Order: sequence, then C-alpha cells, then structure tokens
Amino acid sequence: MIAFRDVAVRYPRREVLALDGVSLEATRGRITAVVGPNGSGKSTLVRALVGRVPLARGGIAVDGADAGAGSRRELATRVAVVTQREESPFPIGVHDYVALGRHPHLGVWRAPSAVDRAAVARAIAVTEIEALTDRPVTELSGGEWQRVRLARAVAQGGDALVLDEPTTFLDVGHEMAVFELLSRLAREGQAVLLVSHQLNLVARFADHLVLLHRGTVAAHGSPAEVMLGPVLERVYDWPLVVTRDPAVGAPSLVPLRSRSRG
Amino acid sequence: MRLSRWLLIGLALAAAALAGIAFGTLRLSPPDVWHAALGQGDPMHVTIVRSLRLPRVLLAALVGAGLGAAGAALQGATRNALAEPYLLGVSGGAAVGAVLAVALHAPPALIPLAGFAGALAAVALTLLVARAGGGHGDARTVLMAGVVVGSFANAAIMVALSNADPSVVRGALWWMMGSVADASWPQVRVLSLFVAVGIAILIALARAIDVLALGEDTAAGLGVDVARVSLGVYVAGALLAAGTVAAAGLVGFVGLLVPHLVRLAGARTHRGLIAGAAIVGATLVVLADVIARVALPPSELPLGAVTALVGVPFFLARLRRLA
Repeated sequence: MIAFRDVAVRYPRREVLALDGVSLEATRGRITAVVGPNGSGKSTLVRALVGRVPLARGGIAVDGADAGAGSRRELATRVAVVTQREESPFPIGVHDYVALGRHPHLGVWRAPSAVDRAAVARAIAVTEIEALTDRPVTELSGGEWQRVRLARAVAQGGDALVLDEPTTFLDVGHEMAVFELLSRLAREGQAVLLVSHQLNLVARFADHLVLLHRGTVAAHGSPAEVMLGPVLERVYDWPLVVTRDPAVGAPSLVPLRSRSRG
Repeated sequence: MRLSRWLLIGLALAAAALAGIAFGTLRLSPPDVWHAALGQGDPMHVTIVRSLRLPRVLLAALVGAGLGAAGAALQGATRNALAEPYLLGVSGGAAVGAVLAVALHAPPALIPLAGFAGALAAVALTLLVARAGGGHGDARTVLMAGVVVGSFANAAIMVALSNADPSVVRGALWWMMGSVADASWPQVRVLSLFVAVGIAILIALARAIDVLALGEDTAAGLGVDVARVSLGVYVAGALLAAGTVAAAGLVGFVGLLVPHLVRLAGARTHRGLIAGAAIVGATLVVLADVIARVALPPSELPLGAVTALVGVPFFLARLRRLA
C-alpha cells in the first residue's frame, strides 16, 4: 500500500541526513509501527509522505504509483494523515472540524453530499466523540483533541491511515481505546502506519515494527524480533531490560534507573 | 452564520450607507436623499448626493470590504489572529512610495499610484525575503519577513522625512492618515474592480483556507497545495490592501478587527467569514467616515484615526471575552 524505498531526506543547512536510506512498507490489514528515539527521523517520514520535505534520494509509492507525482488531493483521498502537532487558533466546531476530513473529496464549489455526511457521521461514531460535536475545538482537553483529530482522519475515508504519536496526552483508557480502534480499522482492511513512543503498547498491537536510529533502520520485523534488550539499549542509549508482559505475553520494555548503569 | 445574522449585517450596511449620504455639512432627510439619488428635487441636493456623497460612501464601503475580506483570509492562512492586510509590508511600502512622491514634488494625482507601487514592491520583497529564508511556505517566515520589510520601510521614511521641508512632511503624513474625502467615480470604478477580483479569489480559496488554518503539515495531508494556496491568499490580500491604500491611504484596524467581529457573530468557515467580513468592514468604514465628517465641523478627522478609535473599544471587549 505505502512503500518507502531507500528514502533520504536532508533539511536545509544541515550536514546530517534526517533520513538515510529508509525502506519500509505498510500493507493493508496490518498495523505497521515506526519506533525510535527523539530525532531518529520518525516524523520526517510522515512529512516526506505528504510532500512537506523534499526527498534527497529514493521514493515513496502508494499502491505502486509515485506519491509525489500525482495530485496531492488525489493522494489525500487514499491516505489520511494525523500529524504530530496541530493547533487550531480559531474556534471551529468539532463537527465542522471532522467534516474538513472530506476536503480532498470536495471541489471548490460542490456542497458536501450524502456520502460525505455519512462518512463524517461514521467517523464520529467509531471514535466515540458524539458528546463533543457541538464544542469548539479550542475548548477541548488534550485527549479530546487527539480523538477529534483521529475522527477527522477516519472521515477522510482512504485505505491508509498514517498517525504520528496519536496517543500523546491520552490517559490509559483512551490510549487503549485508540489502539483498539486502530486494530479494528486494520482488521477491516486499512493499512495503518503508526509512529509511536509507546513501545510496550506497540509491541502488543502492531504486526510489524520498524526501529529507526539516526535516520536509518536499526531493526525491523515482528515485535518479538525487534524488541531485544541489547538492540533497544544501544538505540535509546539507556540501560533497560526486556521482559514478557505478564498479562498477554508480549515483549515489554522496562527502563532501569541511571545509577545501575555500568 | 444564521440567515438572520446575514440580514442584520446587510441592513446595518444599508443604514450606514444612508447615513453616509444624509450626513455632512448639509444634512439631508431620507426622502431628500431618495429624490436626489433619482435626479429629482433641488439641483444642489442632486449634485451633492450624486457627485460627492455617493462616490464617497461607495469608496469607503469598497475600502472596508477589501480590508475586511483580506484580513479574514490572511488570519486564516497564517493561523494568526493578529494578522491584518497591512502586515506583508503593505503599509510601510505604500508610505515609502507616497513620501517619495511628495518629496519629489510629484503632482498630487500621482501620490496614490506611488503608494500602490510602493505597497506592491514591499509585498514582493516580503515574499522574496521569506523564500530566501527557506520556510517552505511556513507562515511564520512570511510574517517575520513582513515585519522586517515594514521596519525597513519605516526607517527609510524617517530618514527621508528628517531632512525634508515641513510641507512635505505634512503632505505625506496627511495622506498616510487615510481619507475618502476626495472620492470620485473613476476611483470607485477602479477600486470596485480590485475588490471584486480580490474577494472572488479569496472566496474560491476559502475551503482551502479552512484546512490551511489547521497548519501546513495537516493541510498537506488533506491534499492542499500549501505553497500555492498561501501565495494565492498573499497576492489577493496584497492587491486588496494596495488598492485600498491607493484609494484612501492607510485605514488601520479594520482588517484586524472585523474578522473577529464576524467570528463572534458565528461565522465558522472561511467562505462565510470572508463574505461577512467584507460586509461588516464596509459598514465600519462608512460609519467611521460619517464620524470623521461630523465630529468636529468644519474640519474633518483623519479616517484612519477614527477607525482605530472606534475599533479599540470593540477589541478590548473581545479581549475580555478571551480572558
């Protein structure tokens, strides 16, 4: 569905490449998670996909076609993106905000159709934000805002969902709800590409993990293949152990206190 | 925005226009205005209404409509509630052009043209500086470039005026304070073209501005060509601002304040916001011009000062609401 091939990105006036030869694939029906420390290039990957940073090398394909070649609008009907940071300075209502997800489907003048309205209603239902629809987005809590943004991406209605840290600011319950929702969307056939810091949750929900380190792929494979103590310790530069989650048996990372280092 | 609100702001504009035609050194009753507009009754009334007050009111309305719409679109596209039409260097550039024209003893008719040219040159410079800064369409880069170009223009004006003849200083200052006192039908025709084209472009971009207001990365993810839409808004906004500056000098606060009023009235999307800001902006400037005429007869207050004086209490009330 979405394939990054040998992607390299250099930000202006920087010596080091932000991404250096990253290849990965997000396929339909699976959650593919990109993990890695701060500054490892995770968000750059998302920005490269939507064309906000030029590629120095390599290419990004959506269903085999070069993502940068066609129209951005057409790409947006197939791939929905929730970026890491977003702020609305104006008090737009939650319902209207979710409806902006239909933007790529609308022309300059065409009014939203029944299909558009149904997509918005479904997105509001599956993300369980019905109680918020009349509120202005400027008055939402951090957690509510994340769910509303997710609803907007679901309303966009493509085959692929790309999310950059979708559970920041969420409490345990809402965080689990988001992961369950992503898992359900993947089972329904969507390609979910997820950038996350929540290694332990990702280990439980993701089908495929890609570990980035300084702009390159340090490891990839199933959670069990990637979540290895020595690898994670080197990449995160912190002493840690990987155990089994007592409840579900997934690999689980436990960082140690710094005095036990060395 | 609800239909009743649209009717209300439409009626307010009509009432303001009527007041603009009726009030002045010679006060006319509404029936007098009606007859004179149709060319009947006292010939002096006909002349006053048709050749003086009607173009004056129309010019004020066009200035307000252009500034209001440009402000609404620029605030959305830059995600900055303090953005306004003069911010891309328009005011500074226009002032440099006007001061140069006055200092070089150009005929008065050339001053608006010089102001227009200065405004467009400043906007072009702002966009070039922003591009050289390499912000990839980042609105903050453009805003900062606008501030830099504006400061440079102000410095240039101060240098030019510091050694200038007092009459030059006075002429330049007077033009900068804004006025529609010398309105004429040709001016109305030219500005109506600018305002119609500018607002049409902004309304066509309104949906994209809704999305752009969420941030460049999010907008790109929703299929918006960020660089192209931003440039469209900047160019249309600059044309509107420069056109109004050429017609009436600097009329401050309208482009900043009016979009906030229309948002308070319930405009949710930029299509309604831009259209509403055009109507409310027109009303505000027409009313401000009436006040400028009648406040201290027989002299007139500068229009730009009145819009700011009227605007400040509104803005304070808005701030209180935010606090």
